[in-house]
Amino acid sequence: MAQLVYDKTGRLLFTKEMKRDYTLLMPQMLPVTFTMMKKVFELYGYKIEMLTTNHRSIVETGLKYVHNDTCYPALLVIGQLIEAINSGKYDVHKIGLLISQTGGGCRASNYIHLLRKALEKAGMSYIPVVSVNLSGLESNPGFGLSLQVIRRLAAGMIYGDLIVWLSNQCKPYELEKGSTDTHAAMWTERLVDMFGRGRGLRKKEMRATMVEIVEDFSKIETSDKRDKPRVGIVGEIYVKYAPLGNNGLEQFLLDEGCEPVVPGLTDFMIFKINNRVVDVDLYRGYRVKKLVAGVFQRYIEGLQRGMVEAVETKPAFRPMGKFSDLQKLIRGYLGYGNKMGEGWLLTAEMLELIHTGTKNIVCTQPFGCLPNHVVGKGMIRRLKDDYPDSNIVAIDYDPGATRINQENRIKLMIANAGRQPTGG
Amino acid sequence: MRIGIDIGSTTVKTVVLSDTDEVLFRAYERHYSLVRQKAAEQLRRASALFSGGQHAVPAITGSAGLGVAKASGLPFVQEVYATAAVVRERLPDADAVIELGGEDAKIIFFGGGLEERMNGTCAGGTGAFIDQMATLLDVTVPQLDELSLRHEKIYPIASRCGVFAKSDIQPILNQGGKKEDVAASIFQAVVDQTVAGLAQGRELTGKLVFLGGPLTFLKGLRERFIASLELDDEHAIFPFDAECFAAIGAAMCANGKDAEPFTDIMDKLESAVDESGGESAIEPLFRTQEEYEAFARRHAAAAPPTADAETYAGDAYLGIDAGSTTTKLVLITAEGSILYTYYGNNKGNPVSIILEQLQTIYDRFGSAVSIKGSAVTGYGEELIKNAFNLDMGIVETMAHLRAARHFTPAVDFIIDIGGQDVKCFKIRNGAVDSIMLNEACSSGCGSFIETFAVALGYKIGDFAKLGLFAGAPSDLGSRCTVFMNSSVKQAQKDGATVEAISAGLSISIVKNAIYKVIRAASADELGRSIVVQGGTFLNDAVLRAFEREIGAEVTRPAISELMGAYGAAWTAIDAAGGASHAEGGTGPNVERSPTLLSSEELKNFTHEARPVSCGGCTNNCSMTVNTFDGGRRFISGNRCSKPLGAGASSEPNLMKHKYGKLRSMEGSGSGTGERGRVGIPLGLNMFENLPFWFEFFTKLNFEVVLSRESSRQLYILGQRTIPSDTVCYPAKLMHGQIESLLEADADAIFLPCMPYNFNEGISDNSYNCPVVAYYPELLAANIPGVKKARFLIPYFGLHKKRGFIRKSAEYFNKEFGIPANETKKAAKSAYKAYAEFTSEIESVADGYIEHARREGKHILVVAGRPYHSDPEVNHGIDELISSLGLVLITEDAIARRLGGEPRRVLNQWTYQARMYNAARYVLEHGDMQFVQLVSFGCGTDAITTDELRSILESGGKLYTQLKIDDINNLGAVRIRLRSLIAAIGG
Repeated sequence: MAQLVYDKTGRLLFTKEMKRDYTLLMPQMLPVTFTMMKKVFELYGYKIEMLTTNHRSIVETGLKYVHNDTCYPALLVIGQLIEAINSGKYDVHKIGLLISQTGGGCRASNYIHLLRKALEKAGMSYIPVVSVNLSGLESNPGFGLSLQVIRRLAAGMIYGDLIVWLSNQCKPYELEKGSTDTHAAMWTERLVDMFGRGRGLRKKEMRATMVEIVEDFSKIETSDKRDKPRVGIVGEIYVKYAPLGNNGLEQFLLDEGCEPVVPGLTDFMIFKINNRVVDVDLYRGYRVKKLVAGVFQRYIEGLQRGMVEAVETKPAFRPMGKFSDLQKLIRGYLGYGNKMGEGWLLTAEMLELIHTGTKNIVCTQPFGCLPNHVVGKGMIRRLKDDYPDSNIVAIDYDPGATRINQENRIKLMIANAGRQPTGG
Repeated sequence: MRIGIDIGSTTVKTVVLSDTDEVLFRAYERHYSLVRQKAAEQLRRASALFSGGQHAVPAITGSAGLGVAKASGLPFVQEVYATAAVVRERLPDADAVIELGGEDAKIIFFGGGLEERMNGTCAGGTGAFIDQMATLLDVTVPQLDELSLRHEKIYPIASRCGVFAKSDIQPILNQGGKKEDVAASIFQAVVDQTVAGLAQGRELTGKLVFLGGPLTFLKGLRERFIASLELDDEHAIFPFDAECFAAIGAAMCANGKDAEPFTDIMDKLESAVDESGGESAIEPLFRTQEEYEAFARRHAAAAPPTADAETYAGDAYLGIDAGSTTTKLVLITAEGSILYTYYGNNKGNPVSIILEQLQTIYDRFGSAVSIKGSAVTGYGEELIKNAFNLDMGIVETMAHLRAARHFTPAVDFIIDIGGQDVKCFKIRNGAVDSIMLNEACSSGCGSFIETFAVALGYKIGDFAKLGLFAGAPSDLGSRCTVFMNSSVKQAQKDGATVEAISAGLSISIVKNAIYKVIRAASADELGRSIVVQGGTFLNDAVLRAFEREIGAEVTRPAISELMGAYGAAWTAIDAAGGASHAEGGTGPNVERSPTLLSSEELKNFTHEARPVSCGGCTNNCSMTVNTFDGGRRFISGNRCSKPLGAGASSEPNLMKHKYGKLRSMEGSGSGTGERGRVGIPLGLNMFENLPFWFEFFTKLNFEVVLSRESSRQLYILGQRTIPSDTVCYPAKLMHGQIESLLEADADAIFLPCMPYNFNEGISDNSYNCPVVAYYPELLAANIPGVKKARFLIPYFGLHKKRGFIRKSAEYFNKEFGIPANETKKAAKSAYKAYAEFTSEIESVADGYIEHARREGKHILVVAGRPYHSDPEVNHGIDELISSLGLVLITEDAIARRLGGEPRRVLNQWTYQARMYNAARYVLEHGDMQFVQLVSFGCGTDAITTDELRSILESGGKLYTQLKIDDINNLGAVRIRLRSLIAAIGG
């Protein structure tokens, strides 16, 4: 075990020594994207293990160690980490935990603290917990996000979004079963390899590589008819993406003969950066902060534009929307100041889906999710008024909610989808 | 021909349709969890129709039908979709369909955009709920229906979820409410649930079609729907075949698919019958008979001393535990030997049970035994005490502790799982230290197993035994009963046996208690000497599951189910023996009164319970006036001491003071009011910010109009537009508050979006919670009325004063053309007024503290949110506290007396930060105690509760949590407060 060093508030630090000797365990949310992000961290000398476990005992462990009324994602993420620690697979004196922290008025900013409490409860408070955040919370001598790291993570995120977006359009129609997944896996591997050689990360290189990816996916043989009902997935970020959180929702939709449409992570990142700009606009504050956030926002938006343009090189693919489109769509529904959790972005994504012909939507949320009372369930009525043919179902995820109940509701939505002419 | 099979949570329906949609065959039966077998059996009965080898198109529907469809390869039609299809065909002019099933509730709207809705994962008010309620009242469902038709009044019963309703009904019954009224109230709760939970802003008008079993068979339920929705015969349609509509719809939807021979369909269904799924990894409870016997022997050792009741002569003591579902009674000798016991369902009328039992005791023991003391505990404590003139009433926790000590003197942890509730408490230094009661959402308790046993066609005892040797218990999760219902459904779908389900239920209840109520990670956390008790632990499967789960052996007294009564009897012994008695130190609230009614007096015993509405204030509480022979009288259901007449204690109460102050902030203040009337809903953070906005608007010469005082009626007024049924009650009330302002016809309604709160320098950030921050936007999107009104919901941040002054000047110039300078002046003045208000509250608190110290009273710091001062939100807890002789101050009045301090959680919400500081302040003052008010559904309190507990426990103080919702029942609150008082020796 490395020497344990604490900061003045008593928080256990992740030291340089730990960086050398320890393996950091991290939860998974988006399989493709997180694989690439993991690789980026490894490039900077961290040893990372991404957890892909998904058995029932994760929930049990979570229930044991976390206040049961805490949101489901916290329960799962913490359950998964603690379970991994207890699995015997790792030397508990040589591991640290990596967890993201969003900052902001939602409970999610507290996951890291709940994780520490859980470790304490399990008698393992000597395990350091590292926060990954862009808000300057909790620094550690052995862990830092330099501008370069952030840019590389951003690249990984963009590639990940692109691959998922293309896969979702190919997979339901592929003639040879599994061919889309093969392509996705190939590209993930190839990109990881490129990252390792320091390639594919500059803006120009990224554009070329993305065009290549699009070109390659367009070669997947698919049926000519695009007749499956398209079903959008929006929601609280973890249950929206993580198969562990949503009981494999994307796969379920595919099995039910639908084409899942899942807005990417990039918009969420831009949204979180944009919140800082908006705060200054709404309440006043430091102009410098706004300036810095503005630069960062424009940088990612630039990458996003590159991604959209790459997709547009093949008319067979529907391009994704841009953050600026979402900003326009939300006007008259929610204020830009609605920023906790997924905030106005969630409703904007529903609007965008409807506007681009995906009128069937699953709105996912952990049971009792606070922001989603407003931006998810709270906006469905209004959307239904404005777009009577929209077909939205809100699904709660929770340790006690059974899959059968969730699937039954989704099936009802799909049955209605079948009655309407498929969009676009 | 077409075949439709509807497999629901409790029933199977099969229909065969001709090609002209004529129903040729129909069957409707309960499946008792034998889902596939029953479906196949019904279909087999229709085989005569196909004797000529005809082909048919099949379709399966229903909530439990999905699994069968998958296993058999038969097509599946979603049931709401199926129902919509048949209604469209048969009743084309219908505007909406309301269908209630075993566990589901559905609404389908036609016309103007088809909408289909099903109840969410947290919603009970359905057939299974009605079954459960009937069991509670000890009547059959048809009897319940009949009773309801003779009702005189309707009690408000929480309508969100079955479990909630149950805990509302229990006290009404225990306090003497009439079954007729309760029955009708149950149906009304179902109606409210349907309207509130499902309609979600869309009006239920026009021609309504009612479907599903409960609405087909229950006249009383129909009546409540018709009355509530103000329907006439033409607009309320109850079709013949209503219970089979989904099956018919499935058959109709089966149209167009390829027909296949009947025998093929039959084969597919039957081959699916044998397939048994479910990979349960749970160990059996007992592997062998020997293992079980050793277990049984060990537990048999914990028994009270025996006495020969036939020959005993001498003194005796009576203990009664008038619990929520059951009544327990013991008569013991001064040494604690049992002479007589009774345990039974109170059948909704504990008074008559006790009367009968007392008569039995007098008849049986005659003059040989003289009852020297008597005590009663439990939900019905006060009613029984008053009815029979018992010596004393004691709080349940104290009674249980007294009894547990008898068996394990060093007991440091007690868990009691009864019919309705789980109670756990730790004992530290001889006092009840922390009490954990199941909050209304998780009462997966004894009565749940019982209801399930009955639903599956078993007696509870037999059902529980089935689980003991089940090879692979079902994994049913650990949450509230409604969730458990769906877990059981899933298990049935997977082909689990009744044995496996029985064992699974026992395990679930235990997990629920340990992880949901106690929230322990291991047995070490509970204590070294654990006593388990309560009727549910008589069930060996539960006991075994408990020991297995915590990995330790525990003591279960042989009189597990009688422990409350036994403890009460012991307390009576202690009291009779005086304070010097060795084990007596539990300090019950001894109230000397005339002794127990004698045998003679019982002969003239009469009891009449009359429901009344208290007119003491605007709350109009529903109360029950119990009158007994000889003029004894007991009022129950009251929230304050007003109806009890003069002489009732009432200490200073800061909540009440604050509320009064806020309500007075109406009108034009120091201004002229010439700019118009601004409506402000007094709810959520307006309880914090009204002093600010009142000054702001009156300074600008607006007249301020406040929303009506909150009440249940106000809630119902806005209920229809609540889109998320799991949001907290204070937020739900906002809908009614806005409606009341629309009625008041204000020129504008003002409710800013405020993600940030004032920064008081005691936290890492100064957020409001997401619901407070953005609820205005939700209201704007969901209340149809505000679309025509001027509803102002700007984003404002009072935490940045200069920014606000500038931004508000811009905003009010744009909205009302007010010159910027004028607004800026008003804003500055508003900051001042807010500061004055907070310091006034602080100095009033000082006065109260002084008063308490002068009079030697305990001070109770009630920590929550500003909006917990709303009497409809706190349900009069503040009044209850002051009537118990405690001086009440609120967290905000003392929070700013300390600076910030690092916390183990992210301390980022202003209101929550105040609670941490208040708890720290309480640690510094010996005469202060702390309770936290938590609104059900409050996500941020999932974080604060653990933190507050650890702050308080670090300084040796008790942590008490009072969870509140729309439930208007202070029973559990009273237990907690009285236990707290007993523990601090007040």
